[in-house]
Amino acid sequence: MPDIESVAGELAAGLKKHKADYLEARLEESQSSHIAYLSKRLDSIGRSTAVGGNVRALVKGGWGFSSFNSLDGLSGRISQAVEQARSAGRGKSNLAPAEPVTDNVPSGIDVNPVTIPLAEKKLLLDEYNDIIWSTPQIQTSNIRYGDGRRKVVFLNSEGIFIVQERADVSLVIVAVTAKDGQVQQAFLSTGSRGDFNVVRDLHDKVKAKANHAVEALSAPQAKGGEYTVVVDPILAGVFAHEAFGHLSEADFVYENEKLREIMTLGKQFGGKHLNIVDSAALPGHRGSYKYDDEGTPSAKNYLIKEGKLVGRLHSRETAAKMNEPLTGNARALHYGYAPIVRMTNTYIEPGDVSFEDMIADIKEGIYARECFGGTTAMEMFTFSAEEAFMIRNGKIAETLRPVVLTGNVFNTLANIDAIGNDLLIHDSAGGCGKGGQMPLPISTGSPHIRIQKCLIGGS
Amino acid sequence: MEQILEIARKAAAAAEVFQVSSEETQVRFEANRLKQLQTRQQTSVALRIIKDSKIGYATSSGTVDGTELVNNAVETAAFGVKAGFQFPGLTDYPRVAVYDDAVNAVSVKEMVGLGEEMIAAVTGHTPKILCEGSVSRGVAALRIINSSGGKAEYRKSFFSLSIEGNLIEGTDILFVVNDESSCHPLSDTSAVTAVVLQQLELAKNRATAPSKQLPVIFSPFGVISGLYYPLVSAFNGKTVLEGASPIGSKQGQLVFDKKLTLYDDPTLSYRPGSRPCDDEGVSSQRTALIKEGVVTDFLYDLQTAALAGKRSTGNGGRGGGLPSPSPSSFTIVPGDTTLEDMIKDIKEGLLVDYLMGASQGNVLGGDFSGNVLLGYKIENGEITGRVKDTMVSGNIYQVLKDIAAVGSEPRWVNSALLTPHIYCPSVSVASKG
Repeated sequence: MPDIESVAGELAAGLKKHKADYLEARLEESQSSHIAYLSKRLDSIGRSTAVGGNVRALVKGGWGFSSFNSLDGLSGRISQAVEQARSAGRGKSNLAPAEPVTDNVPSGIDVNPVTIPLAEKKLLLDEYNDIIWSTPQIQTSNIRYGDGRRKVVFLNSEGIFIVQERADVSLVIVAVTAKDGQVQQAFLSTGSRGDFNVVRDLHDKVKAKANHAVEALSAPQAKGGEYTVVVDPILAGVFAHEAFGHLSEADFVYENEKLREIMTLGKQFGGKHLNIVDSAALPGHRGSYKYDDEGTPSAKNYLIKEGKLVGRLHSRETAAKMNEPLTGNARALHYGYAPIVRMTNTYIEPGDVSFEDMIADIKEGIYARECFGGTTAMEMFTFSAEEAFMIRNGKIAETLRPVVLTGNVFNTLANIDAIGNDLLIHDSAGGCGKGGQMPLPISTGSPHIRIQKCLIGGS
Repeated sequence: MEQILEIARKAAAAAEVFQVSSEETQVRFEANRLKQLQTRQQTSVALRIIKDSKIGYATSSGTVDGTELVNNAVETAAFGVKAGFQFPGLTDYPRVAVYDDAVNAVSVKEMVGLGEEMIAAVTGHTPKILCEGSVSRGVAALRIINSSGGKAEYRKSFFSLSIEGNLIEGTDILFVVNDESSCHPLSDTSAVTAVVLQQLELAKNRATAPSKQLPVIFSPFGVISGLYYPLVSAFNGKTVLEGASPIGSKQGQLVFDKKLTLYDDPTLSYRPGSRPCDDEGVSSQRTALIKEGVVTDFLYDLQTAALAGKRSTGNGGRGGGLPSPSPSSFTIVPGDTTLEDMIKDIKEGLLVDYLMGASQGNVLGGDFSGNVLLGYKIENGEITGRVKDTMVSGNIYQVLKDIAAVGSEPRWVNSALLTPHIYCPSVSVASKG
């Protein structure tokens, strides 16, 4: 591995010499390993290393961006980025001011997961796969484990020089069942910011997932229509992220007057009980970091406080354009991409309703748990529950096939009429996708919540 | 590469080195204005070895240390999968044209001009719309060498135009989109924007959808966002091998409507999904997957084919890890019904142009269920307006078993699928109206 810190040191002078309004560089080196099972067999096992970097320049409001993984001829890459920025620039550069920080942030983990022997990882995954295959009616299984360690050096023309290391661990286990041409699947998805222990001791959970995939085979599909829906912390967290969080990303809003009107700070979006936070400063989760990819320190940012819109997420450019405080949310998937406004650890703060009270007065509703995924297009969202149950007369009743929930975010936030007392922050194996940058590590969280009049797709 | 192969051969019985290098330039527009110019240079190397009959694998991008790469591959081979195949020897590949030097000659200034043209066309039609757009061009060079003497090498050029717009009225947001790509430079932006302008026209009025079974026409975008992923999953040889494909045991049987014929075709000239050989150096071929409703074949790479007792269909693709069966371009053979005639045939129904989130459900089982991000109500043979707050759900094995008509006007979508409109007589619709 080349020593990227010393390469970066040599670049620092070059960044200051060029005639651009702003210049930055990022250099990165990483190692990773993965193990994948398909069915009873090991499907793929491998190790990877990567080196790369980029230079980004701002001239008259236009950006130039050059990414590379050959570290030769870096001064040429600087000139290229400046030249591109010059061709793109037709206005005025505007960045929120930043402190010229120098810092070195270690990964914060004791054991680099990449260095744990593949043999040890494989042994653990063998145990999980055996559990799945001891379940009746299993058609196939799929296990994907991955880990990585990355060191990033970020420097800019204003004197920032930050070295940050991080590590990630992710595990997805899928159990697929089949009967009479019907196929069902159940997912277990977990991850951490480098701590391998989160993928140990999952035996009971794997067993429960496999059993659910069996149960879903004979379960009926929900009848499509509007329901009172109680959503578990994992799915509610995805809802907070997908349905609302993306609209809080300032880059969607700042050049868009109409959306700015909709997302005016101070506007009431939900009841007094509703608080939504994004915080990379919350330690130990997949969305956690000390500095974002523009060198801005992370912070706990309220998006909704007591039902009112109070903040949004910013890069240096969007904060300056909207004249709002910096939040530290400029993130890049890796050196191949320019940083854009992203979420980190996004969660709904807990209220005081117990789960029992939440379902007690529901005559006919749906309890939706966990998640296959979710997407949004501005006001509209869909998110898919992996496990679903009818609620009848205040009790959890029969199992349903997985359901898809959809709606308009503004109506749905207003329709949340109960927030539980059982906050859970979930680090999944997946990540967030935006602008082609996927999967970016994030976490989502929430207590149980209850939504009135939620549209469910079905037969 | 030759050096890595040499080191690897000393450590293993067989080895293969795969290298891909690319350089891409992109012009990006945001909020109707030029935002960023960017270039991306990328080289990565993947080493696959067979040691004691087991597969080892390691990759490296950027600075490559051959010895480290080989050591990593050897470590993984200790736990590796048993190799069921041999690397292909020297092969005569079919001629598939995927490189046009003219792509390199398009200046950044011209690319900026193309983007401005697209935005002018869309904002000229609807002044309040906000567009994002991009114009990209690039070249990739791919090379594979292996210890069986196999050698594959080709260059591919690509060029793409993409535009999407958001029109916001109150809390209502209308989303329109189209893109086009080729291995040739593209200069006719009106072909791209015409589709967007038509979407804007059709969405001008609002209409409501009932909650019931309705006839639904899927546009090419509707097909890719609703029906494509379950098909990709079902025809993957690996899914079949695991017994998880609902059609895995139905080769030779009539599973879909007789009007449906589907190919995987990497041999079409100047298509970005085309190539003379796959990522394992196996010759490209056009593979019939569905012929007049009958399931005919599945997609295989070398290892999956070996385990299944089949031949590779030349669909070994690399999405990061070891090669696995991957589609090149899916093409659905057009029928003879125009979109106009399909619409005329419907008393009450929907034209679905874009389904959001449809592939989040049980794709493996063939389910799709998505929010109609862009779609229109049809009443008495005419489009009456755009529908909102509407879900369309179903299972492809039911929906594609009974097709009323396959359209006569195929279009490329996302450079992965060439398809006409597909008209299904009865699909589940749930709507808030």
